[in-house]
Amino acid sequence: MDYTPLLISLRAAIIATIVTFFLGIAAACFVSGYRGKFKGLIDGVLTLPLVLPPTVIGFLLLILFGKNGPLGKLLMSIGKTVIFSWPATVIAASVVAFPLMYRTVRSAFEQIDQNIINAARTLGVSEWKIFWRITIPLAWPGVAAGTVLAFARALGDFGATLMIGGNIPGKTLTIPAAIFFAAESGEMRKALIWVILIFIVSLIVMTLMNYWTDYQRKMIATAGRK
Amino acid sequence: MLKAFFQKKLPTFELEINFSLSNGILALVGPSGAGKTTILQCVAGLQTPSSGEININDKIVFSSEQGVNIPIRKRRIGYVFQDYALFPHMTVEKNVMYGKPQKGSIPNKALTVSNVLEMLKIEHLRNRYPNQISGGEKQRVALARALMTEPELLLLDEPLSALDQDTRSTLQQELLKLQVQWQIPFILVTHDLQEAEMLGNQIIKLDHGKQEEIRKFDVAQ
Repeated sequence: MDYTPLLISLRAAIIATIVTFFLGIAAACFVSGYRGKFKGLIDGVLTLPLVLPPTVIGFLLLILFGKNGPLGKLLMSIGKTVIFSWPATVIAASVVAFPLMYRTVRSAFEQIDQNIINAARTLGVSEWKIFWRITIPLAWPGVAAGTVLAFARALGDFGATLMIGGNIPGKTLTIPAAIFFAAESGEMRKALIWVILIFIVSLIVMTLMNYWTDYQRKMIATAGRK
Repeated sequence: MLKAFFQKKLPTFELEINFSLSNGILALVGPSGAGKTTILQCVAGLQTPSSGEININDKIVFSSEQGVNIPIRKRRIGYVFQDYALFPHMTVEKNVMYGKPQKGSIPNKALTVSNVLEMLKIEHLRNRYPNQISGGEKQRVALARALMTEPELLLLDEPLSALDQDTRSTLQQELLKLQVQWQIPFILVTHDLQEAEMLGNQIIKLDHGKQEEIRKFDVAQ
């Protein structure tokens, strides 16, 4: 049996989680501090991948990264193409996972007592230092929870990945796609193996991340309580 | 020396204030919603007045006419919040150290954390976290944290309102002593007139954003 779908899925999910970790925090930081009239619109656009069908996201990515699309043309000019290549699986997973990271972190940022941030400001330290030393540690349970959710979503994506990455074995065929195509062609045993495998991988990763999140939460919320 | 005259439009009334303070404690007293905290926040830079000027030691930190609005972190103002606003994930020592100026940027005094902790009688708490200490102790930590930055002005927003009577009386005495020791102006917000009379060298009574009464007592310079 070819195990490349496992490696392709894990690679896409891990890289997408890293990408959404930073982009999600940056977007959450910007939106929670933004007071302009476009806040609702910006939030809507950033949350859109969560509510749109994955095939719609895949279709939009196909237009964007296709050979006639704006990003596709740009990449072509430097001799690169992402459609039906492994980076496509990462892009699709990142886009569908992003809103989960963004929304969870934004909610965590907005729950921080503003007086604590203001207190830090009166102490003469820079906004950058406040962000890394106060905001991020206090929002850490939310950041960790967002990371868990983003990883889960990235690992399980099917529609968007299939649209932009296709199902090239050993290149872009992820576990969810492998299950679909195995079941469609009547290879139920093969499909079941993939189902069990993704079940085990997801459970292990989720459990480890949950313990880690709990540990972080305890470290922050009840720091030093003995 | 602090000189402030400014207006600030609020949803239900307009705040208008005009005062100066060279040393000692100015007590702002008035009912809830009178605009006391807004005055502190405008002086600190957490809110922007609609118009006017704020001058600390001959340095304009806000002027609507000149378009000056110095950021909070550059105003050198200590601020003690009503709910203390300590950093819950840091020990007492790290809280106090957080705003300590970098080496070389201290103009006059060489302050150490131990000095400040000792002065406020909280040295034994240095490795504790805020959730492990009492309200009175939190207040001392908040004071230590603000003083550690060597401010030119200290703002205290109802610092004693959440404390029991005994702790309150002790801290009132200590605030008076601290002011004499540090020789910088303090602005204290309180809704307790008795407390204002006990601590304030100057008292401003506020109602719906208007200064109602100003009392001045002699201050030993």
